[in-house]
Amino acid sequence: MTQRTGSVETASGDRAVVYRHRLPVRVTHWIWVLCLFFLLASGLQIFNAHPALDLGNASQFKTAAHGPVPHLLAIGAEAGPPARGVTEIFGRRFDTTGVLGLSGPPGAQEARAFPAWATIPSFQDLATGRVVHFFFAWIFVVNFLLWVTFGLFDGHLRGDILPRLRDLSSLPRDIRAHLSGKLSHGRRYSPLQRLSYAVVLLVIFPGMIVTGLAMSPGFDAITPWLVTLLGGRQTARSLHFLGMASLVLFFVVHIVMVLLAGPLNEMRSILTGWYRTAPDPGEVEP
Amino acid sequence: MSPPIPRRRLLRLGLAGLGALPLAGCKTFDFLADPNDPTRDVLVSANRLTKEVQRSLQGRRALATEYTMADLRQGQKPNGTTDPQDPAYLALKAQGFRDYRLSVTGAVARPVTFSLADLHALPQQSQITRHDCVEGWSAIAKWSGVRLAHVLTRVQPTAQARFLMFECFDTMEQGLSGAVKYYETIDMVDALHPQTILAVGMNDQPLPVANGAPVRLRVERQLGYKMAKYVRAIHVIPDFRQIEGGRGGYWEDRGYAWYAGI
Repeated sequence: MTQRTGSVETASGDRAVVYRHRLPVRVTHWIWVLCLFFLLASGLQIFNAHPALDLGNASQFKTAAHGPVPHLLAIGAEAGPPARGVTEIFGRRFDTTGVLGLSGPPGAQEARAFPAWATIPSFQDLATGRVVHFFFAWIFVVNFLLWVTFGLFDGHLRGDILPRLRDLSSLPRDIRAHLSGKLSHGRRYSPLQRLSYAVVLLVIFPGMIVTGLAMSPGFDAITPWLVTLLGGRQTARSLHFLGMASLVLFFVVHIVMVLLAGPLNEMRSILTGWYRTAPDPGEVEP
Repeated sequence: MSPPIPRRRLLRLGLAGLGALPLAGCKTFDFLADPNDPTRDVLVSANRLTKEVQRSLQGRRALATEYTMADLRQGQKPNGTTDPQDPAYLALKAQGFRDYRLSVTGAVARPVTFSLADLHALPQQSQITRHDCVEGWSAIAKWSGVRLAHVLTRVQPTAQARFLMFECFDTMEQGLSGAVKYYETIDMVDALHPQTILAVGMNDQPLPVANGAPVRLRVERQLGYKMAKYVRAIHVIPDFRQIEGGRGGYWEDRGYAWYAGI
């Protein structure tokens, strides 16, 4: 069991305040917030040095002999006037002037894949981006190992994260409840929560570590099978990018859910551990 | 434990901090680009950890993956300097590098000067490997040349020998005290690695000028910037802190890690 029940604050026994998040869960959560912020901003800086994604081991290059070749994704600028930022996804072109490819204040626009406000440092500096990225990557890895270790020993993984069979069967009802804005405030995570946390923490997080390591020529000499398994170094790089995009999407949904569910109560539970429960709205409906 | 009181002040602080993080924009962290910033030094320490961990897991002889000719997708993308305009280089190039000499000196018992014919006379090896650029792209090519270990056997490094400094022909920029030329350093672990070669051929042709003719270095377990092109001389040295910016390479002096295994 991960929760301890606190004293009942109201006359109704339904609105008990429970100890929902133990210290290791709270600490690792905030370290992830810190790491992911820096990893994202420095990662976009690194991406800007070669803003194209390919499959396989070798990259595709535009040459006189080969002409333009399709990338999975490519962000670039086209000379004007007026100059344009162009994002190409699976060969389809989109004008993304102002954000991707070409951005900056009017009159001082720069050709760069991701804009200055999204990268660390704000200017083009691959060397510093790498310094920041690898420092926080190490913290991320250590934090992940700590979280898994605590999770295995105190039952957080099995009790809270790993989806159970009955979570899957009640998933449709939980999805309907989420869509209609009836969020549960139970002692446990809802089925949808368990599933999304399991995907993020047990699939995407280790996936980011593995695809990141597969891009390292030094690490490839240690585990040559890994880069082969992932379909090549450039495929690993594309997967790393896809993982980043998934995490950004998760972050947005996560914040929206916190705001909908009651930001003070949610924030209190991830800072102090204590969480005010409420009857499951799906069950009190007549 | 008494019922927890909502710690509103703490919450407000936390929320404000969280909100400020993206709003502040990433200019907030531009100070990290300053090479003398103490916070940057802390972050850079992770590079040493990466080197120690990778080196201990690799051992001395773990090999970079070798591919087949079928894996060549396009020609080897030339990067960095692709056509040096330095007079000494142009003079050699005009003669098809007939008068090229590679001197290997420093902490060695027997300094030797090699002509291209001398290098070709040493045992040759070829390897089809993936070139990973620090920018993020990769290219696969076949590299042919002489194992650096064979060259070192000829010159017999002394007990002081810890690094190899590769002096290059190509000028990268004009500094206050004249032309700044490309240079790189590797240590004895990489120098003696079985895949570390002085390449004189690429894809079964003489090494093209764009890719570093007549001689370039291949250090297959690291990124491209370690693999000096247009190599003019090799200096066997005990330490690189007195050279140029003191960080062991042209790009290292500009903030890139000396160990480029990641």
